[in-house]
Order: sequence, then C-alpha cells, then structure tokens
Amino acid sequence: MAKVKIPENKVQELKDLCAKFNNEPGELINVLHGAQEMFGYLPAEIQEIVAEEMNVSVAHVYGVVTFYSFFSMLPKGKHPISICMGTACYVRGAEKVLEEFKRHLDVKVGETTPDGKFSLSCLRCVGACGLAPVVTIGERVYGRVSPEDVKGILGEY
Amino acid sequence: MARFKNHILVCGGTGCRASESEAIAVNLKRSIDENNLENDVQVVRTGCFGFCEKGPVVKMVPDNTFYVHVTPDDAEDLVLEHLIKGRKVERLLYVDPETKEHVSDSKHMDFYKKQIRIALRNCGFINPENIDEYIARDGYSALGTILDEMTPEEAIKVVKDSGLRGRGGGGFPTGLKWEITLKSESEQKYVVCNADEGDPGAFMDRSILEGDPHSVLEAMAICGYCIGADAGLIYIRAEYPLAIKRLKIAIEQARDYGLFGKDIFGSGFNFDVEIRYGAGAFVCGEETALIHSMEGLRGEPTVKPPFPSVSGYKGKPTNVNNVETFANIPAIFLKGADWFRKIGTEKSPGTKVFALAGKVNNVGLIEVPMGTTLREVIFDIGGGIKGGKKFKAVQTGGPSGGCLTVNHLDLPIDYDSLIASGSMMGSGGMIVMDEDDCMVSMAKFYLDFTVEESCGKCSPCRIGNKRLYELLEKITLGKGDEGDLTRLRNLANVIKDTALCGLGQTSPNPVLSTMDNFPEEYEAHVKESKCPAGQCRALMQYVIHPKLCTGCTLCARVCPVDAISGDKKMPHFIDTSICIKCGACMDKCKFGAISIQ
Ligand SMILES: Cc1cc2nc3c(=O)[nH]c(=O)nc-3n(C[C@H](O)[C@H](O)[C@H](O)COP(=O)(O)O)c2cc1C
Ligand code: SF4
Ligand code: SF4
Ligand code: SF4
Ligand code: FES
Ligand code: FES
Repeated sequence: MAKVKIPENKVQELKDLCAKFNNEPGELINVLHGAQEMFGYLPAEIQEIVAEEMNVSVAHVYGVVTFYSFFSMLPKGKHPISICMGTACYVRGAEKVLEEFKRHLDVKVGETTPDGKFSLSCLRCVGACGLAPVVTIGERVYGRVSPEDVKGILGEY
Repeated sequence: MARFKNHILVCGGTGCRASESEAIAVNLKRSIDENNLENDVQVVRTGCFGFCEKGPVVKMVPDNTFYVHVTPDDAEDLVLEHLIKGRKVERLLYVDPETKEHVSDSKHMDFYKKQIRIALRNCGFINPENIDEYIARDGYSALGTILDEMTPEEAIKVVKDSGLRGRGGGGFPTGLKWEITLKSESEQKYVVCNADEGDPGAFMDRSILEGDPHSVLEAMAICGYCIGADAGLIYIRAEYPLAIKRLKIAIEQARDYGLFGKDIFGSGFNFDVEIRYGAGAFVCGEETALIHSMEGLRGEPTVKPPFPSVSGYKGKPTNVNNVETFANIPAIFLKGADWFRKIGTEKSPGTKVFALAGKVNNVGLIEVPMGTTLREVIFDIGGGIKGGKKFKAVQTGGPSGGCLTVNHLDLPIDYDSLIASGSMMGSGGMIVMDEDDCMVSMAKFYLDFTVEESCGKCSPCRIGNKRLYELLEKITLGKGDEGDLTRLRNLANVIKDTALCGLGQTSPNPVLSTMDNFPEEYEAHVKESKCPAGQCRALMQYVIHPKLCTGCTLCARVCPVDAISGDKKMPHFIDTSICIKCGACMDKCKFGAISIQ
C-alpha cells in the first residue's frame, strides 16, 4: 500500500482523541470509531499512531481493525454505495441489483471506481426491510430498487 | 400531552424515514403554522408503528385516523381537510384487501387485530425524544415502586413468577439469571444490554430503542438494583445511528430528572448507563464475545462456564439481557406477574416481537402472544403471500435457525415447539419464502453469512463452514453429485457437535432443515441439474415463446445488456450468450411469452 502522509495538525487531533479516552487500551474500539470518523478510513499510519499512543502493539490494533467489518483500511468513494444483503432484501432480489451495480461500475464489492466517485459495499439490514431491496448511497436510502432502476440512480450523481 | 387538542403522530422509524417521513413532519408543521393552529395541534415524531409496508404512516389523535403511504405533498391536505374541515382524506386511508373498504382505525385492521403489545407498548404512541411522554404512560413508576417498597429478592421473585424468558434467542429464564448474578459476590457488578442484533433482516431491537428507549433504560436500572450493580452498559451496533441518537438523548434526560445518577428517589441506590459500540461482527451478539468486544478486544467467544453472571465484563459478575427482554420488565412490574403469565403459553409466557419480512404482503414489526400459529402470523397479520404466489417456507432464527414448511403452519409458536421442529426462536427474524425461492440457494445464502462472520477461533466453524459453503455452491452450479449430499449432511453434523460457540453450533441448521424438508429439491439439483424454483442461474435459460410473443418490444427496451432482438410486431429472440439472466424482461412481458427453462 502506498504510504499515506497525515498532516501534522491531524496527527495532533488523533493524539488528542486517544488522550480523551485516557489512552486506556480497553477503549481501543471507541478510539478507532472516532479515528475512522475523522479520516474516513484507517490506513496503517493511523493504526501505528494509535498503537503508540495507547501503548499496545501495532499487531493488536491491526487485529482489532481487521476483525470488525465496520472498520475499513481503504478509502471510500465520494459516494459510497451499499447494497443491503440482509435476508429480507435477498429474498426480494437484492442479488440482481448488486449484479447491476457491479456491471455498471465495473468494480467488485469492496472496491472504488478509478475516478474515486463511487465505492461499492454490502451490508446486512439497514432496518427498512419494508422497502426491500434497499440500497444506500451516502445518507440517501433507495427502496424497492429493481435492476432497471440502477442506471437512473447512478445518473443522479 | 394535555396542552394540545390534537396530535399528529408521524412515524419516525427507520423504514418511514427512508421514504421521507421527516419531510412530511416538516410540511405538516409549516401548514399548521400557516393556518394559525400552532397552539392546538402538535406534530410528534414517533417510533415505528409496525406497519412499515404501508409507510410512511401518519396517525391523527384523538380520532385515531391511520393514514398510509403518505407523501410530503399530502401534508397540506391533512391539515386543511382533516383538521380544519373535519373530513378524512380518503385517498390516504388503508383499504382492506378483501372487502375493498376504507378502514380508518388501525384497531380494525387485520394487521393489528391479533397483536398484543407489551414490549412495543409505546412504539408509535410517544415521542421517544421526550421523557415526559414516557412518564405520562407510567414510565419510571415501576422503578420508583421497587426502590421504595421492595428488596432485590422480592423484585427478582416477581420476574421469576412472570416466567419471562430471554428474548435474545436462548430463552433462558430471566429471573433465574438475575438471581444467579445477585448471588455472585463482588463489589462491582454490571448490567449489560445486548443491542447487537446481528440477524440480518431483523429490526426488532432497533425499533424498540428508536421508539421507546426509556423502557429499556428503566429496566436496566431495575436490574441493577436487583443484582447489586451500579453501572450499566449498552452494546449497540454502530450501524444504528438513529437508535444511538435517541438512546443518548434518553440517557441525558434520565440524568436531568435524577432517574439516573446518585441516590435515585432518595433510596441510596446509584445507577448510570454508558453506550458501547459494536463494529459489525455478528459473533459479538454472543455474550462472551460481546464482553470481550466491550473490553476493546477482538470479539471472540470463550468457553462457558464461567458464565458472565459469575465472571463477565472486566472479570466481574455481569448480567446480559436482550433489548426486548428488558422492554418487558417495566410492564411486568406495573401489571403483575400473574397478568403476564396469562398471556402466551404455559412454558413461554408473554409475547414475542417478530420482524416479518420477505414475500408477505405486510412486511413489518409485529408482537403476538406466544402460541400464535405461523398461519395466523403469515396469513392473517402478514396478509398472505405477495403477488398471489404459493407459500413455500418460513425461516425463523436467522442464520442459526431452520425453515418451516406448509406442514408447520398450524404450529403454535414458542421456544420449545420451534426447537422440536428443527428451527429455533432466535431473536425474532421471520422471513417468508414463496415458490420462486430455491431452498438450496437459501441455505447457501446463510452459509455465506456464517463464513463471513465466523471469528476463526475454532476450526470446525472456520474451515468446516467454508467447505459446507463450497459444497452448496457446487450443487447450485449443477456440478454436484449424490455423494455430495451425504458429505453435506455428515459435515454439518460434525460442525454442530464440535464448534466452540453458538454461532458454529447452529450454523449448519439452515442446511440440515432444508435438506430434511425439501429433499426433492436437493435431488433435482444433483440428479437432473435442475433448479425447480428457477432461481439458480447456472441451471436456467430465459427463452421467448414465439407463439406467445406479440412483438411489443417492451422486453428489448428493458434488457440492460441488449440481449433481445427482433422487429416490431415480430417474435423476439434472446441471445443466451449475452443474457445475464436478470429476469427483467420476464417481469415486464405482459403476454407471458418469456419463461425460464
Ligand atoms: C452467534 C450468536 C449471536 C447472538 N446474537 C445475539 C443478538 O444479536 N442479540 C441478543 O440479544 N442475543 C444474541 N445472542 C444471545 C446472547 O449470547 C445472550 O444469550 C443473550 O443476549 C442473553 O439475553 P436474554 O437472556 O435476555 O435473551 C447470540 C448468541 C449467539 C451464539
Ligand atoms: S464456532 Fe465459529 S464463531 Fe464460534 S468460536 Fe468457533 S470459529 Fe468463532
Ligand atoms: S415483452 Fe413479451 S410480447 Fe413483448 S416483445 Fe418481449 S416477449 Fe414479446
Ligand atoms: S434476463 Fe435480463 S439480460 Fe437476459 S434477456 Fe432478459 S432482460 Fe436481458
Ligand atoms: S434486510 Fe435489507 S433492510 Fe432489512
Ligand atoms: S418505520 Fe414507520 S411503520 Fe415501521
């Protein structure tokens, strides 16, 4: 992975965040949530700083980051697309919708388009099962999405 | 709530918010102000009403008119017609699918008739962001009475007498768990609320937290008093932003009112609650994994015993209960253990909340007495199968459960009957499937989930489930043979017997139960390379029947990959080498000319 340069002031913010949780190893997950909110993702450089501040090994931080699917080590696209693959959406045809997004964007799940505009991921149940199949793009929720709708939805961005 | 003559309740649950219910509330408020009604009418954003299929839902109080599929543009009519002229807006009323008549009061809708709401008693009635509305419905009075009049032992006896069993899936008697934790001696103990809700396609716990967070907080304080804990922790998925927001507001308000903090009600009892965030790992719903996750570690389960009630968070006695379990507690104290026992079945008193979803007409959140049959849930409340298709199966218990079939429709639902039929209660996800759903694919879907979510600590689950998945994949691609069916069953049984935690021990259930209930479907895949439900794409082709095709060109226009050719008014043709089998053409053809072979 290419080295990511983090600006000095951001490094300080990150250190402050760790300090806010008293650099207490038990608060690691809370710190990582905060860090991901700050940077959008958790590249190796950030994990190293967190490990140093909280006095745990980088391997431990990495182990936690990779265990939880909510944490990402790759940057998301400008418009992150998530296809709900919860059971309710699955039985109402989410797989076909996912295929259409993959085809239109020419990326796999977990990838970002080369121009950085869209990233594609799957999640499990956003709690709007009445609207299945559900797709979210950023904050926006699209319900009852059919494969034919995909082109139009992407066109909005 | 007495100040206003009228209230307009707008559903602020996740489902309705996704279809712009917030804009409806904003427009209603604007229209109310424009008509100088701001002193008479209040707009209240509630939690989920349950009837998400018909959302966004708006209810007028006091006359209880229930409007469905409301859009932001309808807001003005609701104010001008309903409030000012006193006329119901007919186009927004619910239409009974059988009588075709308008039904304006939700009490008379089939969806609500068979429901009894205990855990959901306040969802859709109160503004979850206002503690006064909870208090107005007897909120925190159970806590007050207990602190005032009962010893922990006496209070635990009430919970034991009620027969309440854990709603997180296991069905362990709640009172007994509290008693064990009370008896574990330690200076520090913890109350933990499990709001991880990992079952994909289930949203019961989230809806309770979004619609009535105080009922859970009150119950946690009651539990704290009973077991001797002054600290509570709520472990909630970070993917539930609205529930988190409302919980935070509720905790702040409870502190402001002195209901949390030191010396509550002058009783000398201290209690406060903190929120901990999950980060997308199903296994963290398992209580030992959950505790490790709260300690900042990887969420890997450990062998029980020791049980959390003896050694849990930071090694201290910890009582873990599910959101819905807690939501029942205040009601039990208010109305008494006997009242609770009269609802439901003897061994499983009370109600259960289900997230009813899949191929039913009425997707939503329901609460029924234990002992209600699947038929009542799916056909009376759920309104039957979508599009007039045939019912095929229903999955309860999510990835840990099994499927039930037509033969089980009259089964009264409770913990024990579901286990006896090869499934389980689980946390309350209930997914209905119709004739178009392939049961092998369904099993594969759940296995895909398990493989992704296995924590990897023990090999039966980490490796075994992967192999199970590969076998299922082979079968759905039409490459399986009969030996694979034997291998599938043997491996499933080994995993069940040897995995370390509940995730692995139950993960083969979807495979075993679909094999038991639909053996002919597995056989068709391996013997004839056919998918009877027409879902396995590798085993099918879309074809146009030249005699039925009128050449309307509709299919060619919807095909996303231009696989269909043909002149206007002439039979069309699908090039199977281009076709991606999306099915769009078949859905669109008005003449039934396209079929799957
Ligand atoms: C793999 C796995 C996942 C679980 N997920 C949940 C969950 O999402 N929510 C929950 O309340 N309990 C879940 N449980 C059950 C918990 O371990 C625990 O039994 C429960 O929270 C106890 O609360 P109760 O007695 O009130 O049901 C899960 C168990 C297993 C084995
Ligand atoms: S059964 Fe699966 S989830 Fe449970 S401990 Fe073993 S590997 Fe982890
Ligand atoms: S939609 Fe049906 S009738 Fe029309 S061209 Fe296609 S196959 Fe023929
Ligand atoms: S199934 Fe989809 S890809 Fe194939 S012909 Fe029909 S519309 Fe086109
Ligand atoms: S399964 Fe997709 S929103 Fe619930
Ligand atoms: S979210 Fe509105 S009725 Fe369920």
